[in-house]
Amino acid sequence: MQRSMLDLWVGLFVIAGLAALVVLAFKVGNMSSTGAGETYSLQANFDNIGGLKPRAPVKSAGVVVGRVTRIEFNNDRFTAKVTLTINKAVQFPKDSTAAILTSGLLGEQYVGIDGGGDGEMFKAGDNIRLTQSAVVLEKLISQFMFDKAAQGQPNAQK
Amino acid sequence: MLHRLSSSVSALGAQVIDMVLRLGYATRFMLLTLRQSTTCLMRPSLIVRELYYTGTLSMVIILVSGLFVGMVLALQGYQTLVTYGSESVLGVLVALSLVRELGPVIAALLFASRAGSAMTAEIGLMKATEQLAAMEMMAVDPIARVVAPRFWAGLLSMPLLAALFSAMGIFGGYIVGVVLIGVDEGSFWSQMQSAVDVREDILNGVIKSVVFGIAITWIALFEGYDAPPTAEGVSGATTRTVVTSSLAVLGLDFILTSFMFRGV
Repeated sequence: MQRSMLDLWVGLFVIAGLAALVVLAFKVGNMSSTGAGETYSLQANFDNIGGLKPRAPVKSAGVVVGRVTRIEFNNDRFTAKVTLTINKAVQFPKDSTAAILTSGLLGEQYVGIDGGGDGEMFKAGDNIRLTQSAVVLEKLISQFMFDKAAQGQPNAQK
Repeated sequence: MLHRLSSSVSALGAQVIDMVLRLGYATRFMLLTLRQSTTCLMRPSLIVRELYYTGTLSMVIILVSGLFVGMVLALQGYQTLVTYGSESVLGVLVALSLVRELGPVIAALLFASRAGSAMTAEIGLMKATEQLAAMEMMAVDPIARVVAPRFWAGLLSMPLLAALFSAMGIFGGYIVGVVLIGVDEGSFWSQMQSAVDVREDILNGVIKSVVFGIAITWIALFEGYDAPPTAEGVSGATTRTVVTSSLAVLGLDFILTSFMFRGV
């Protein structure tokens, strides 16, 4: 085969391969959404994180504003210390609350942030003071059963 | 009786020693190839020629099989997911299984049988027809001139082929899932984008394919270089290339996967 034709075909192959990588990165992966760009991190302590995993989304009003980057056990307070990475463009007041919520009935868990009314905003590395743990199904059921039992007692005495 | 036992034990021992010897020779061969790579890295036209044979000519089989694998994945995945009413994560299923596993692994298996066997046969035949010896007579190092360019071409083309396979597979999954079955297009892409991580999934897939490329070309080149210079020797070496490199790919895949995706 001629030299120039060979170069042409190899060039086409390399271009196609690189194009496939770019397609994978931008169309399939999350290169275009969060992950790139300026971010800052916040911390939050939860009594129970349920099934929260690293890389889970952080949402506010349903919009993804960041990701969970690290989950550790805080041995001083026996809580879970969750590190959140938030988009630089998004700022939250100091009295905002973080809660662990579930998308759908069986969906993945994510961290939801409800903005507060404080004038001061969170700075990088701050701790979100007001948190709400994940709902544990067993606790919910036992609470419901105790409530029912407590309601049932006076009725029986009547 | 005792004599027969001792002779069979010594035959087994001889086999083990032979295997260790071959492995040592293969490692020395690999190091020699890396040391002699400067010549072909200074003259990229040598690598470009091999890229044509290993990469461009493998493109058609990679693209077609990628398309079909993606289509089958979407079809099978849909059947299972629809029973749980979660067919909207079909895109995630197709993309993750292709990018993490099937893309690098199947592309590597195809590469081993398409390009690896050709490499072994070519070098084995060059040896059998004493072309390598003739090169040495002309003071041209056959490792620098013949082996090293093929090694670098295999190493470069493997990740590109794996990426092509994955991209084509996802396109095939899109055709079956969205166009034919009618999964919602928006959730197909958006769920996929939120689940697939560039560094965690795509980059690890690329790393896998580079490792597979090194393993396959190493085995193929060594088998060719080490082949007995007969017709039977070359055919046996070609068979061994495909068998050994396929096993190496699957074994390495398990090891790499257990390192990369540890319960994230």
